[in-house]
Amino acid sequence: MIIGAGECGGRAALALRDLGFEGPVTLVGDEPHLPYERPPLSKEAMTGEAPAIKTITTDALLAERSIRHIHSVRAAAIDRAAHAVRLSDGSSLSYDKLLLATGSVPRKLPMPGLGGRCVYLRTFNDALAIRAHLSAGNRVAILGGGFIGLELAASARKLGATVTVIEAQPRILMRGVPAEIAEIIHKAHEAEGVKVLTGQGITAIADDGPQVGITLGDGQEVVADLAVIGIGAVPVTALAAAAGLAIDNGIAVDATLRTADPDVFAAGDCCSFPLAVYGGRRVRLEAWRNAQEQGALAARNMLGANEAHAAVPWFWSDQYGLTLQIAGLSDEGRAIVRRDLDDGAFILFHLAEDGRLVAASGIGPGNAVARDIRLAEMLIARRAMPAPEALGSQAVKLKSLLAA
Amino acid sequence: MSDWVEACAAGDIDEEDVMRFDHGGRTFAIYRSPEDEYFATDGLCTHEKVHLADGLVMDDIIECPKHNGRFNYKTGDARGAPVCVNLKTYPVKVDAGKVLIQVG
Ligand SMILES: Cc1cc2nc3c(=O)[nH]c(=O)nc-3n(C[C@H](O)[C@H](O)[C@H](O)COP(=O)(O)OP(=O)(O)OC[C@H]3O[C@@H](n4cnc5c(N)ncnc54)[C@H](O)[C@@H]3O)c2cc1C
Ligand code: FES
Repeated sequence: MIIGAGECGGRAALALRDLGFEGPVTLVGDEPHLPYERPPLSKEAMTGEAPAIKTITTDALLAERSIRHIHSVRAAAIDRAAHAVRLSDGSSLSYDKLLLATGSVPRKLPMPGLGGRCVYLRTFNDALAIRAHLSAGNRVAILGGGFIGLELAASARKLGATVTVIEAQPRILMRGVPAEIAEIIHKAHEAEGVKVLTGQGITAIADDGPQVGITLGDGQEVVADLAVIGIGAVPVTALAAAAGLAIDNGIAVDATLRTADPDVFAAGDCCSFPLAVYGGRRVRLEAWRNAQEQGALAARNMLGANEAHAAVPWFWSDQYGLTLQIAGLSDEGRAIVRRDLDDGAFILFHLAEDGRLVAASGIGPGNAVARDIRLAEMLIARRAMPAPEALGSQAVKLKSLLAA
Repeated sequence: MSDWVEACAAGDIDEEDVMRFDHGGRTFAIYRSPEDEYFATDGLCTHEKVHLADGLVMDDIIECPKHNGRFNYKTGDARGAPVCVNLKTYPVKVDAGKVLIQVG
């Protein structure tokens, strides 16, 4: 049984069948939709006429593979001793193995004054509501200069809205993105006409009429027709916590994604796990590929594979014509080596004290950085210590370093 | 149907690499395998229509540059999430140092 029919839960259910499991598979989700991809919600889905949902499977395929999908229903409580889950419709289901793939939800802005024009973006239904307010001439304020907010800012500009991004930190993308790359993105937004206000705390919000008034730390006021709050996400852990499972910045699991209960696993945005490439440092990732990989890994381990997570974190973001890709966690690095590619694209390689390659962050038009980021990811996985001169020179193919 | 078109010179593609080839309003990807054979597929990923030629070739796999979807470029088979629709493949031959593909 799988709780949470998102990227991770959906992939896990399909993976169980790919692996030849023949017992019953039940996928319970509180959203009314089939499992779908969230990344387009701030990107392509926002700029089309009406947001289209990009599901990762179909009802027909689920039926063909005998996967029972219960939608619009919440798992309300887990009784681990009885191996049963009570659902919000009052029914109860039993399980042999349970996967928690409950994801994360937007962090709430802890301020008074928020009304109906201050919204968050996580679900397809959120996207529909936001899209209805994005039109030429409308004013949109984005609170928080993180990925989702910035992608949404780019999409809103494409639709002709007037956009202001407000970030409390001294720069956008403070977390996980090197300053050099954040600056490129900042400039791209300004060139497209977005007003980016950094180092600006919000002191008050007035949202009780047809528009929102946002008062900033320096006293200026931003007036908007819609305010989208994007200040990070928090893992959905209440269900697990109530069942007595340990929470440590997410549902705590071991390298095989198992909780302290041998029959309960957690994967995707909701869990924290030891990351092998960095000596078992406990992390929680909010990334699409991780949700996929962990869903598949949890499926294997629910069937007894006992396989440890070994992947390198990987993330991408699209804004205007630019794509950013990051492999690894750049905060593990102490030194940076820059490699320039064609068309203004570049990659920053992050090296640890001992010279080990620990992360690579790249930005450029289209998919200019993709191949080298992928090769960097493989080097990171091998704990390689490539010569900085080789990394920095476009003449040296990264593939040749991999062979070394 | 047997319209063979010249795509490039055999030496234009490195071993274990890929090149984009546009023809007649369509786009293809031409591969040279580590065993020095040539293959061709549709040029766009079946997930989000991204040019596969920006991706990475490893053995007989092409990995999409956008979200790492994988295909076997020899057969066109999709190899797992997020891609589930196979790629169309095209016959290829090398003649007098030229790579020809049958775009059909
Ligand atoms: C707008 C947006 C853009 C993004 N862009 C990118 C990107 O460009 N690149 C990238 O790498 N990542 C991106 N992400 C992140 C990526 O989408 C997530 O990492 C991924 O969706 C996580 O999958 P998950 O299955 O763990 O969680 P989710 O997709 O959140 O799924 C969890 C599901 O469980 C349900 N649920 C929770 N509790 C219960 C319960 N008790 N009972 C029943 N159901 C429950 C939730 O409603 C939800 O449907 C983006 C996310 C968003 C929101
Ligand atoms: S576009 Fe190719 S995997 Fe998504």
